[in-house]
Amino acid sequence: MFNFNNKVVLITGSTRGIGWTTAKHFAEFGATVLINGANNKKNLDSCVKKLKDNYNINSTGYLFDVSDYEAVKNAYKQIYADYKKLDVLVNNAGVLYGSLIGMLEQEKINRMLDINLKGSIYNLQFASRLMSRNKSGSIINIGSIIGLKGSLGQSAYSSSKAGLIGLTNSAAKELAPNNIRVNALAPGMINTEMAKEGMNSEKIDQRISEIGLGRFGEPEEVAQVICFLASSLASYITGQTIGVDGSWQV
Amino acid sequence: MTNRELIIKIFSESLKISSSKVIDTLEYNTISEWDSLGHMSIIANIEKTFDIMMDTDDIIDMSTFGKAKEILNNKYNVQF
Repeated sequence: MFNFNNKVVLITGSTRGIGWTTAKHFAEFGATVLINGANNKKNLDSCVKKLKDNYNINSTGYLFDVSDYEAVKNAYKQIYADYKKLDVLVNNAGVLYGSLIGMLEQEKINRMLDINLKGSIYNLQFASRLMSRNKSGSIINIGSIIGLKGSLGQSAYSSSKAGLIGLTNSAAKELAPNNIRVNALAPGMINTEMAKEGMNSEKIDQRISEIGLGRFGEPEEVAQVICFLASSLASYITGQTIGVDGSWQV
Repeated sequence: MTNRELIIKIFSESLKISSSKVIDTLEYNTISEWDSLGHMSIIANIEKTFDIMMDTDDIIDMSTFGKAKEILNNKYNVQF
């Protein structure tokens, strides 16, 4: 379906969920896959080994917290030292803490904005500089339908994801002269641990009843769109936010 | 090509100006060609040509052609 031979792809937050599934998709299509986790070296190494063993590709794990500016900078220096280029960045790392506004703790507000939004800006900044050298690249920000439409109990989360849409729109304009495309995805309810955290079966059924296609999306269905946006098939698409939500009426 | 010739070529080509205009006192935002987009084009070409990755603070501090050479010399070991 896609050909990512000789392409170097970095996916932040890629040891589980949508990130990990996306890493496997890129690996399937021949990419050199750089994966990232914030603090579990053993898990990161295990993911790298699985990619190498199962797909016979080149892969490296980079342990850094996306919200730590210096750590991000050093990671990109290392990526440049290791691979001399970066073709695709998937800004996927994110956290979600649901809480009504009146009970939302400052620490959780900061953490969501730091990781979901500021971390994405940091990565986009350094990635675009590597990409500018070759006047080529694709950046995909993983937003959320919640960032577009809002949801009860997710004010801070939706703020962070709405910020990603703004980042996408502005960066697409700024980086277009360097042939760097920037797009965003707005997934709906996807069948991941993070999305289902704290939801009982009644809540899950309620969510499903709100979704036109009558089911949660699978991580693979998000990964496919990410691969499409990263590929040459999407060569004239930039500054767009694509919903992957099965017609969820939030 | 020497590093001095290379850096002049980078500025000249990135800003699309004559190489004769690339002198030490050439300053950011004093000619229309050296705006923020031109600046980032210079950075991309410097990093690619000299195989380095600059710190953001240095990118911001690179306000003249002379300052650019000074930063590259002092912090990135690019001799002119």
